[in-house]
Amino acid sequence: MPETNLKTVLDILKDDETGVLTDWIEQADEDGAKRSDLFSEREERDQAASLLRAFRSGVRDGYRDGDFDLEDDYWADLRGILAEITYERVERGVLPSEMASFVLSLKVTMFERLKERLKEEPDRLVNEILLVTKAIDAFAIYTTEVFIREREQVIERQRDEMLELSTPVVELWDKVLTLPLIGTLDSLRAQEVMENLLEAIVAKQAEVVIVDITGVKTVDTQVAQHLLRTAAAVRLMGAQCIVSGISPKIAQTMVQLGVDVGEVKTRSSIRNALTDALTAVGVAILPIERLDRVTAK
Amino acid sequence: MILKGGRRIALLDLVTDRDVAIARRRVGDAMAKRGCRELMQTRFVTAVSEIARNAIVHGGGGRLAIYEFPGNRKIGIECIDEGPGIADVEQAMTDGFSTRDSLGRGLGGAKRLSHEFEIETHGETGTIVRMTGLQNTR
Repeated sequence: MPETNLKTVLDILKDDETGVLTDWIEQADEDGAKRSDLFSEREERDQAASLLRAFRSGVRDGYRDGDFDLEDDYWADLRGILAEITYERVERGVLPSEMASFVLSLKVTMFERLKERLKEEPDRLVNEILLVTKAIDAFAIYTTEVFIREREQVIERQRDEMLELSTPVVELWDKVLTLPLIGTLDSLRAQEVMENLLEAIVAKQAEVVIVDITGVKTVDTQVAQHLLRTAAAVRLMGAQCIVSGISPKIAQTMVQLGVDVGEVKTRSSIRNALTDALTAVGVAILPIERLDRVTAK
Repeated sequence: MILKGGRRIALLDLVTDRDVAIARRRVGDAMAKRGCRELMQTRFVTAVSEIARNAIVHGGGGRLAIYEFPGNRKIGIECIDEGPGIADVEQAMTDGFSTRDSLGRGLGGAKRLSHEFEIETHGETGTIVRMTGLQNTR
């Protein structure tokens, strides 16, 4: 089995684990990468220790012929621990730059010791420093990647949550429902909207449904088709569908697109649609004085 | 070429439905920034939406470039996909024609909503659509 190129590094990690650990944490503190407000002394030390151990076994097995690739199996342990520590730190609000400089602080500690041990062999010294630098840089970059991945997952999750949130079916009055649409109506959302709405029609025994598109910026043929289909499904369920909130510019655009709304009832504002809907279920909104007069009779 | 004299200001990938929304917003923002009237914005953005979705649905994805012109009289886009191309352009432009279960108003509508419209399709190598929209007619 060929000897590792990082013999001295390996020796240092073997002989002086505690010393390296202490110096590293001190160095990190100096570099401003230690967050004692977020982590206890003990946690910080445990994390650093498990990283060092993984680093050692990586160097022992994975560092031959000078080629280094963090994706190699030898580094699986280290990758796992780096990811774990990074997740923990993200949770507690550590910044990506702080995490990276925490890892990078290990360099100074290692350099000092290498310099000491390889005083007589400048060539080896340069060689090992180069290799250690490459490895530790790769670790730091990896933590940043983990950070980004974690953030992306958060964004994805929020998007999914918004998807659900943005299709609320609201009961305006007995048998009158409204569905205020906001933003983009892509196929996925259109499907959700339709399902929610049809279920609500059954649950609330609705007779009139107002689909309000005031918050939809662009109505292209796909959106138009989704709207028309939703309206057709509502009609099939025995309810009436009114599409409201069609602005003058959207009306003009739809005409030029050649979209024919057919028998779907449309209104320019939700206010008009509401009046229609209430009339349809036999209710009227009156000023109180007029109401008094009506009841007096 | 209707985009002659234009300068490319953005290049977007078209892969998913979300990319269509992003393309709409980018084109809309670019027009708004150059002082365009809202009606003209809505019209051109709707046309862009049709073309970008076509590239994804029929072309299996593609790219969309946005162009600005000196004096900001108009704005342009070029949308390229690598799909199977359009067999009969004239038929595809006809209202009501659709190879999918859709309204079949997209291409013809985009042409009516834009100021200039140009389409190139070459059998195996995909489709290029170029459009411009007037920025301001006040």
